[in-house]
Amino acid sequence: MMRGLKKYRTLARTTELWAYAFLSIPIIFYVVVRFYPTLYAFYLSLTDWDIVSSNMNFIGFENYSHLWDDAVFKKTLFNTIRYVVCGLPVSLFLGFVLAYHINYLTVGSDFFKTVYFMPYITSMVAVAWVWRWLFQPPPVGVFNNILATLGFSAQPFLRSTTQAPFAILMTTIWADLGFQMIIFLAGMKGISEQYYEAARIDGATNMQQLRAITLPLLKPTMVFLVITGTIRYLRIFTQVMNMTSQGDGGPLNSTKPLVLYIYDTAFRSFEMGYSATMTVVLFCIILVVTLIQMRISRSEET
Amino acid sequence: MERNKRKKLGLLVVLLCCLVPMLFAAGQQDAKAPVAGQEVTEIIYWQYFYETKKILMDQLIKEFEAENPGIKVTQQTFPYENYNTKVASSVPTGTGPNVINLYYGWLPMYMDAGYLQPLPDSVFSAEKVEKEFFPLVSAGKFDGKYYAIPTAVRSLALFWNKDLFREAGLDPDKPPKTMELTKKDRAGNYLQEGWGLQLNGQIHHWIREMLVRQFGGAPYSDDGRKVTYNSKAGYDAFTYATEFQTKHQVGMPMFMTDDVTAFKAGALAMNIDGSFRLGTLDAVKELDYGVADLPTLNGISSNFASFWANGITSTTTGKKLDASVKFLEFLTRDDVMARWLKDIGELPAKKDLASRKEFAEDPKYGPFIRGLADAHATMFVDEAGQRQVWIDAWDQVVLNNMSVKNAVDGAAKAEQVILDKYYKNK
Repeated sequence: MMRGLKKYRTLARTTELWAYAFLSIPIIFYVVVRFYPTLYAFYLSLTDWDIVSSNMNFIGFENYSHLWDDAVFKKTLFNTIRYVVCGLPVSLFLGFVLAYHINYLTVGSDFFKTVYFMPYITSMVAVAWVWRWLFQPPPVGVFNNILATLGFSAQPFLRSTTQAPFAILMTTIWADLGFQMIIFLAGMKGISEQYYEAARIDGATNMQQLRAITLPLLKPTMVFLVITGTIRYLRIFTQVMNMTSQGDGGPLNSTKPLVLYIYDTAFRSFEMGYSATMTVVLFCIILVVTLIQMRISRSEET
Repeated sequence: MERNKRKKLGLLVVLLCCLVPMLFAAGQQDAKAPVAGQEVTEIIYWQYFYETKKILMDQLIKEFEAENPGIKVTQQTFPYENYNTKVASSVPTGTGPNVINLYYGWLPMYMDAGYLQPLPDSVFSAEKVEKEFFPLVSAGKFDGKYYAIPTAVRSLALFWNKDLFREAGLDPDKPPKTMELTKKDRAGNYLQEGWGLQLNGQIHHWIREMLVRQFGGAPYSDDGRKVTYNSKAGYDAFTYATEFQTKHQVGMPMFMTDDVTAFKAGALAMNIDGSFRLGTLDAVKELDYGVADLPTLNGISSNFASFWANGITSTTTGKKLDASVKFLEFLTRDDVMARWLKDIGELPAKKDLASRKEFAEDPKYGPFIRGLADAHATMFVDEAGQRQVWIDAWDQVVLNNMSVKNAVDGAAKAEQVILDKYYKNK
């Protein structure tokens, strides 16, 4: 009896050891390329390292106090928040509308799903360049040519400080829509048909069914989409890099997100210390937003 | 059984330990001479990717290796957009090439980092370089010694589209000699542009080094440490430039995404650009274009010159250093410079060679070579940052209706911050 138990234990432990051995490969990888650089960024943010100098001067919180005087930092932080606040709700709403209608289809739903999902799996660089050309002034820009045939005057789009951020958002939402739609659809398929049958017997209209059944039961789906979406919109980069002239986030920094400013500071001006400071700030913002959303989602579950 | 398993586990751990350093090693680019009977010294050469440059360099390397059997040169190129980043990130890791091609405006930063070593006096003494080369190559001189030497230099000239001149009823073979004439060449509602205004192309140089001087000012103090264009000359120059868009409406930045695309498409009548563009434009068969000396203004002619120089990294020693010096000597030979001009369109860096009749009177190279006489090379400390300052000033005037004076003052203030940051400890 005792021997048997011992043997069992050893076998279990060996299996477990093997599991650890296999799991250690990705862990080592994560530690080296993710956790270590992340921690190192915290240290870097307290230095004035300029990438080419061999000495790294420790300057305390000087970089952090510099943030307060940096107009471009404030502007790009504002731009980033605006991308989330203006872009995500529209993308969620449109994604839901698409999913809601596709869910009714009996014929051809696969076709529509494919069409709407295609932009999401297309490389963002390619998407950005196509849209950059669409937004061009006449005679090349498709949108401006459409406006012209309808008798409207040409719009500057990417050459305007007010229109450019929304031109970027339009591109982002178009590419993002498919993902929201597919996840909403999955959520809708998970709602039992019985609820709707019961509602119909009670004489509920489509609108009432939507409000009383579909939306409440989609809450976990929505929480998931809001969390992942917020992180995605906070990290908008590729679109702006490719849709503005030489990736400058212009005109006059109107489209530049914080991530692009961090990139510019690090790899164009080579101020690694200062860019690490901004990275830490962005890290904290994403952390706080995620924690808040997780707290909300947890209270939903219970 | 048990022992066997433990052995296997131990083996796995050992394997893992071997694997991790290999991951790091894969990223390094250390040249190893091929194991052969004869000893071969291999050196690595870096430049940014520009198709004609890469192709010519491959040919040149073959010829160099044939002349020097003991040396093997490996060329590595990187996209232009990331080139400076690639070079900078190779500094702290101590990896990288032996011979490197750098933009002259980046040299101060890499000098500070101790990235380059002085070129040997036996081959490139300051005296010899200054006798043979154009004076602007002195941007590669630090503390009396040359650290980088170019094969070619570049200047600007006016490119004009002959077909569009014909259409507009102008003589296609007579380029405008003065700015005043160019205004009349208006091509309508930007279906095609009269005058290229690509700020992040060459137009910021045009404002900085040409217009400011042509209105009687100077963009910087002589030592390059102080911005001086926040003056009447600067305001006049910027008014003159922005009025191409605001008043005369002959062009706009980013027309057809950029000036080169627009000119290639035959939708841009006149543009200021560098000699390096000749190869690109010649490849477009439908394009009938000419090159002219930059227009003068108020009787003053001025030009902007720049160059990419080759230097030797400070980690290069021994046989590799000898080979690198030989390679650099080869790259500054007259025949190599002449081929560089023909294949790439960049001008010979040596005075005597450039002023040879066949080059100086060539209809396409001539204007650039003549331009070198009045050329200024801006002492950049942060090329991208100093360029952005002008792009923003332009947008403030054109998009935000800011007054020219305020925009120029804002630019001067922003650029002074960049200069101060660099010169702080010097």
